[in-house]
Amino acid sequence: MNRYPLWKNLLVIVTVALAIFYSLPNLYGESPAVQVSSSKNHVQIDNALLARIESGLKEQNIEYEAIFLDDSGVKVRFSNPDTQIRAKDVLTQLLGNDYVIALNLLSRSPNWFNKIGAKPMYLGLDLRGGVYFLLEVDMNAAMTQAAERYVGDFRSTFRKERIAYRGISREDQMVVINFTDQAELEKAERIIRRDYPDITVRASGSGGDRTLTASLSPEARKRIQDFALKQNMQTLNNRVNELGVAEPIIQQQGPSRVVVQLPGVQDTAKAKEILGRTATLEIRMVDEERNDPVTLENASKGQVPFGTEFYVDRNGQPLLVKKNVVLTGDYITDAGPGLDQQSGESVVHVTLDGRGAGIFKQVTRENVGKRMAILLIEKGEAEVITAPVIREEIGGGRVQISGMSNIKEATDVALLLRAGALAAPMEIIEERTVGPSMGEENIKRGVDATLWGFIALSIFMIAYYMLFGVVSVIALTVNLVLLVALLSVLQATLTLPGLAAIALTLGMAIDANVLINERTREELRAGLSPQLAIKVGHERAWNTIVDSNVTTLIAGIALFMFGSGPVKGFAVVHVLGILTSMFSAVVVARAITNAIYGYRRKIHKVSIG
Amino acid sequence: MELFRIKNDIPFMKYGRLTTAISLITFILAIFFLATKGLNLGVDFTGGTMVEVSYPQAANLSEVRSAVQSLGLSDVTVQNFGTSRDVLIRLPLTPDLSIAQISEQVMAVLQKADPGVTLSRVESVGAQVGQELYENGALALLLVSIGIMLYLYFRFEWQFGLSALIANTHDVVIILGFFAFFQWEFNLTVLAGVLAVLGYSVNESVVVFDRIRENFRKMRNATPAQVIDNAITRTMSRTVITHFSTELMVVSMLIFGGEALHGFALALTIGIVFGIYSSILVASPIALYLGVSRETFVKPEKKDSPEEALP
Repeated sequence: MNRYPLWKNLLVIVTVALAIFYSLPNLYGESPAVQVSSSKNHVQIDNALLARIESGLKEQNIEYEAIFLDDSGVKVRFSNPDTQIRAKDVLTQLLGNDYVIALNLLSRSPNWFNKIGAKPMYLGLDLRGGVYFLLEVDMNAAMTQAAERYVGDFRSTFRKERIAYRGISREDQMVVINFTDQAELEKAERIIRRDYPDITVRASGSGGDRTLTASLSPEARKRIQDFALKQNMQTLNNRVNELGVAEPIIQQQGPSRVVVQLPGVQDTAKAKEILGRTATLEIRMVDEERNDPVTLENASKGQVPFGTEFYVDRNGQPLLVKKNVVLTGDYITDAGPGLDQQSGESVVHVTLDGRGAGIFKQVTRENVGKRMAILLIEKGEAEVITAPVIREEIGGGRVQISGMSNIKEATDVALLLRAGALAAPMEIIEERTVGPSMGEENIKRGVDATLWGFIALSIFMIAYYMLFGVVSVIALTVNLVLLVALLSVLQATLTLPGLAAIALTLGMAIDANVLINERTREELRAGLSPQLAIKVGHERAWNTIVDSNVTTLIAGIALFMFGSGPVKGFAVVHVLGILTSMFSAVVVARAITNAIYGYRRKIHKVSIG
Repeated sequence: MELFRIKNDIPFMKYGRLTTAISLITFILAIFFLATKGLNLGVDFTGGTMVEVSYPQAANLSEVRSAVQSLGLSDVTVQNFGTSRDVLIRLPLTPDLSIAQISEQVMAVLQKADPGVTLSRVESVGAQVGQELYENGALALLLVSIGIMLYLYFRFEWQFGLSALIANTHDVVIILGFFAFFQWEFNLTVLAGVLAVLGYSVNESVVVFDRIRENFRKMRNATPAQVIDNAITRTMSRTVITHFSTELMVVSMLIFGGEALHGFALALTIGIVFGIYSSILVASPIALYLGVSRETFVKPEKKDSPEEALP
């Protein structure tokens, strides 16, 4: 009676074999590596690149352990960190700006393992070292900016339609237009309703003081917020590439937050600087009419004429710049440092996209002879980089920004511009950093705790339950291997609490075996024959095992839903561990017990202590 | 080897009132400490910054403290963390410094004081995030309790659901009481441990209840108290062995897990030990008190329920 049908035994054997195989990658360890990927869409990662890299490294006598090409780029493994850094420098010089060259830790397991999905476990930041940021997008600023843009749009529309109004301004995130005449107000209302579907208008006031308040409709607000978030994420993507991080994670969390995880990053200051800088490029026209010394003098003291802002450019010249933004940084597709052909000065070459190029062409056409100010806005503070005179219509979308003091400045500005402009500024609201050595320490601690606990447990089980104890320990080992294999294949994030969960799972899993063993003993003492006792012991225990595991499962699932970061890692392992323990403690243990006792005709003594 | 070959049933239920009274006292004590001393909440829940740094030799705490205070922050805690070379610095939220700036500035100021310092870990949580984590944590605790109670209600009877809930809430409160009394740090990881204990603790109750139910069906002439006594005595072996085994793993974690897992391991240790007590000596007496009897399981009118014991 204690015999499993063939298919069940086969199932057990196959599962165990697969589990062993898929947990093997974890044993190989990791080596320092360099990863080359492309930062541009048109730049290919292919075998030609691999050959280039290979020869480049050989030329410099840099030895590598392995080199291969996969979906994310060309990867080269080295035996120590020094070689890794040297290789990175060599490759940066060789390949230049089109490629992102990042430092990484790669598993030493053979490449073909990857192809069948056998990878080592995905380590969380607290085991690998690195930085975790939670960024919040300042939606208010995005709305304010949008409102400001509408002020300018309305003004030109009213001029075109010849609507008389007394004043127009932005109040918080709404546009307020004052009218003296009711007819004009209604005309304006009609036009806004017709041409601006995103806007809702409300009329108020009476007599000579009527106002039209225009605000964004809720749908439009949501759309702008989504767009701001997506654009910020895109920008972050680009910037993170510039940092040279392999396997960064950038994810949306809720309506206005972004999670950024940068494994292996050591220089957190630089990361924060690059991520936190919100550089917006704005091109506005200089107010030529009021550029006389007197007005400028007054402006510097705070008396700024309506519709303009006061700035001092890099050479110290004062300027009045119109508030209306002609072109923003969203239209920038590329930016790079360079040298001006004639003057030899450092400049930034900027390329605009189709729409941007069109707008720019029109602006330069309409304003030949006038000056255009290029402003760089960082964290709310604006600076006029340069205010060149428009000599001619500039088409084709290629713009040159001069006024950089040296090539390094040109490179920095280009970096900021190239990564794109942010539609709304972002702020770091949570930061978790783990140093690299701490990551290794944590792994060691987690593994030690699990290992020693396991050994102590095994000794106790075998002493207390003898042969049945041995079976229990084997089942527990299978449990561990199965859990590791599952985590590896699913690429679930393993954190320090996750390692603790592995230890805990083993401690809890043994409960099932204790239940079975105790019950079997009890039935033997009650006088049942050995074969029957084994059968009854297992069956009676099954109900209880299911019940107790379900309650632990409830706790695990709740933790998963409400936890974040490391706690989520704990929950995932906990839940998976329960499932594997149910399988191994019941099915696997029974299979082994059956194999030992099932085929004996007469059992004289059952080794259960 | 067998440690629990007990011939006669131990009359646990006779002492039911006593054991319940003892747990009531400990419960009240725990609440008292929670109310007066309060939990030492980690930055996960309060917001703020925690910086862990390591020095090549034993650290000079007062130097570290004055260095950090020079940033203009008053409410700063500086203490050793594990070894004499590791220092844990805790800073409150301040409106002057943003989350991004605070860790950089602290490191800068520490490096000026002693260039040998290395950064082990930073956790910097904004006020809003802290608030959210706190609320989510409390919600998780509540939901797990309700979920378990519902499950037990469906699987057994309402008396068991309620008594298990009371017993296990008792466990959780005791753990929190310990944390309040000793002022150990209570962060997200510890909360995870507490929730794990809750799930585990209910295990215990389930095993005993299962046996009680089986006994009620088998032992026809016994009083409810005798039935329960028998169930507990028979399962005592398994209860102690399992708890001991789990405790082995947890103690291993306590020894080898390092400071980061310390709070977690403590929560588990306490939870597991008190779990035995509450499952045997609190849940069952309460169930008895709520009127559990043979009729609870074997409905005389109905046909044999499908939950008949296995052959």
